[in-house]
Amino acid sequence: MNELTSNDLPFRHLLGIEGLSPDDITEILDLSDQYVAQNRQVDKKRSILGGRTQINLFFETSTRTRTSFELAGKRLGADVINMSATASAIKKGETLIDTAATLNAMHPDALVVRHPHSGAVALLSQKMDCSVINAGDGSHEHPTQALLDALTIRRRLGHLHGLTVAICGDILHSRVARSNIMLLSIMGAHVRAIAPPTLLPGAVERMGVEIFHNMAEGLKDVDIVMMLRLQNERMNGAYVPSTREYYHFYGLDQAKLAKAKPEALIMHPGPMNRGVEIDSDLADDINRSVIREQVEMGVAVRMAVLDLLSRRSTNQPPVGPEEAAPNGRPEGPGEAAS
Amino acid sequence: MSAVAYIDARLIDPASGLDASGALLTEDGRIAGLGPDLFNDGVPDGTTVVDCAGRVLCPGLIDMRVFVGEPGAEHKETLASASEAAAAGGVTCIIVQPNTEPVIDDVALVEYIKRQARDKASVRIHPMAAITRGLLGEQMAELGLLAEADAVAFTDADRAIDNAQVMRRVLSYASAFGLLICHYPEEPALARSGVMNAGEVAMRLGLPGIPTQAETIMLERDLRLVEMTGGRYHAACLSTADAIEAMARGKARGLPVSAAAAVHSFAMNEIAVGQYRTFAKTAPPLRAEDDRLAVVAGLAEGTIDVICSCHDPQDAESKRLPFELAATGIIGLETMLPLALELYHNGALGLSDLLAKMTSRPADLLGLRGGKLAPGAPADLLIFDPDKPWRIDEERFHSKAKNTPYHDRPVQGRPWRTIVDGKVVYSDPDGN
Repeated sequence: MNELTSNDLPFRHLLGIEGLSPDDITEILDLSDQYVAQNRQVDKKRSILGGRTQINLFFETSTRTRTSFELAGKRLGADVINMSATASAIKKGETLIDTAATLNAMHPDALVVRHPHSGAVALLSQKMDCSVINAGDGSHEHPTQALLDALTIRRRLGHLHGLTVAICGDILHSRVARSNIMLLSIMGAHVRAIAPPTLLPGAVERMGVEIFHNMAEGLKDVDIVMMLRLQNERMNGAYVPSTREYYHFYGLDQAKLAKAKPEALIMHPGPMNRGVEIDSDLADDINRSVIREQVEMGVAVRMAVLDLLSRRSTNQPPVGPEEAAPNGRPEGPGEAAS
Repeated sequence: MSAVAYIDARLIDPASGLDASGALLTEDGRIAGLGPDLFNDGVPDGTTVVDCAGRVLCPGLIDMRVFVGEPGAEHKETLASASEAAAAGGVTCIIVQPNTEPVIDDVALVEYIKRQARDKASVRIHPMAAITRGLLGEQMAELGLLAEADAVAFTDADRAIDNAQVMRRVLSYASAFGLLICHYPEEPALARSGVMNAGEVAMRLGLPGIPTQAETIMLERDLRLVEMTGGRYHAACLSTADAIEAMARGKARGLPVSAAAAVHSFAMNEIAVGQYRTFAKTAPPLRAEDDRLAVVAGLAEGTIDVICSCHDPQDAESKRLPFELAATGIIGLETMLPLALELYHNGALGLSDLLAKMTSRPADLLGLRGGKLAPGAPADLLIFDPDKPWRIDEERFHSKAKNTPYHDRPVQGRPWRTIVDGKVVYSDPDGN
């Protein structure tokens, strides 16, 4: 366990799956496999991030993703701080850029960010000297979720290439769907999108997915059924007529699942709405559902990402005051994102 | 009084079709004479002579859609700073939009703008007044009285009038006075949550989109209401192929309608949003390349009458935000001429046809005396070299705001002198 073998990644931040190569993804998944084994030991702790600081900055409430990143950092020996928007200056009107500058001045080594607006994590990363990891930005990307899903599939089925994966539910608002579509496509899987037209983003077919409005047709012979969460406020007439109707046509139950391959796996990024998008018994079926396993893989994948990104920076002795870098990088009046 | 002779100029007057080498004489703020043979007998004594060295001399530009922060948001732009920016861009007349704080929906506020403009601005400033009180789309403003107070046209600025009955009555009432109703055609419910053009780029960025149909649906509704009422209608800025086609059909039916396009609708497409580039967040949004090409074609074919800058100043902080939260708008007064000239350099439009869309056409629509080279007309002039190469540089801007996506863009053509009422209000600091 002491010789985890891997190279570093050719980038400083993990802002999305877009732009990753098959080799980058394989690199992360291979290292994650090693961390899965480590996490199953009694002694789960390593010290490769000893002396480093990781800040989890969450502008949206989250239990599992934040806990997962916290565990990942701690198991690698980092000092982990959790900040939530409700408890910080954000609610007092501080801008995202100012928050970034403030945090940057505290010299963290990794910043894990979740934000309700697409692109906000990328914007913040421009002002940070440390690695920034996107833990979900708006409807854009959630890269570690896609990586943990890929790890779960690869461990069960041995590969990603050539598999047929159905992603079902609220794809319009889902960052998980976008990241998964990209990752699975990059790795050579076939992706189907199953949803009512109101929950599909325009032009989604341009990402190379096959679209189905009928779930039974869409699930035919698939290897993986990936369910998405449908948020309460999007039912009741806005996007679909009712919970009852949604479950009838798009909820995963035994009858619809029977169209998939007999050994097809069921996945869900959580938290689940039992009885809305997935039948409760199916969610708990240990032969089909890998939902708990996804959570376990999540910690390992995040450890691998933290580990790999940290390899780009090595400890430097303090410099004298003459050569010291200014506290903040100068900022012109320029625009937010470039 | 002081007479100035502009000699060795390429005189272009889109109104009369003149495009010839010659000279122009101004006297007491007016054009006293012009033509190829003006000074055949020599320049009269006591006249100041300006050698244009073959540069184009045309009417000063008229910009029909300019947002200014005065009153209410003077930190973004004042009438004075907008005026300086206009002069530097060769624009001698700006039409300011009424979505200020307070809204320009009352005679006293029109008077206020006129007074501020007279005291502080070096170019002409005319206000458009609100169509509906408070821009709320419900009650008609005092259109007739506002027109008497010199509001040149009526608009709810960046808002569309959702209620078809209100719009019907506005067009109907305005027709009695021959007033121009300038509408931003965007179906509000379809556009509401959107922040950029709907399509692949928005989908990949996870941003809510504004479908092109939001523009087409509202424009088609408006055209039916024009047909019903006979009101004069101007589409404030068209950005989509389908809406331009609908406008062409409306014109073919003989409706009293006209349309403008914002510079950004032909100078960029949605790709400019790139990775959440908030300086490319505009209204109407940057569209797909097919729509951009349709705007160019619409300008060339005459379906689109007017080019406007849609100058919309925003402070740096309101742009340094996540894309969905960032302010909408691009400044454009100082980049309108060179970006419009790209259409000429690309062969899409002839120079005179292009200039017509920024001079004589808006003057006709608004009933302004300028916009032409004719004896007796105001000496509001632009002299520029259409070929001069340079790079757009935000540091050179006179506007208070710097929200431009065009910084560092190589362009051709720059104002050499801008003249209002016979007085030079801008001189290119790099030119002699």
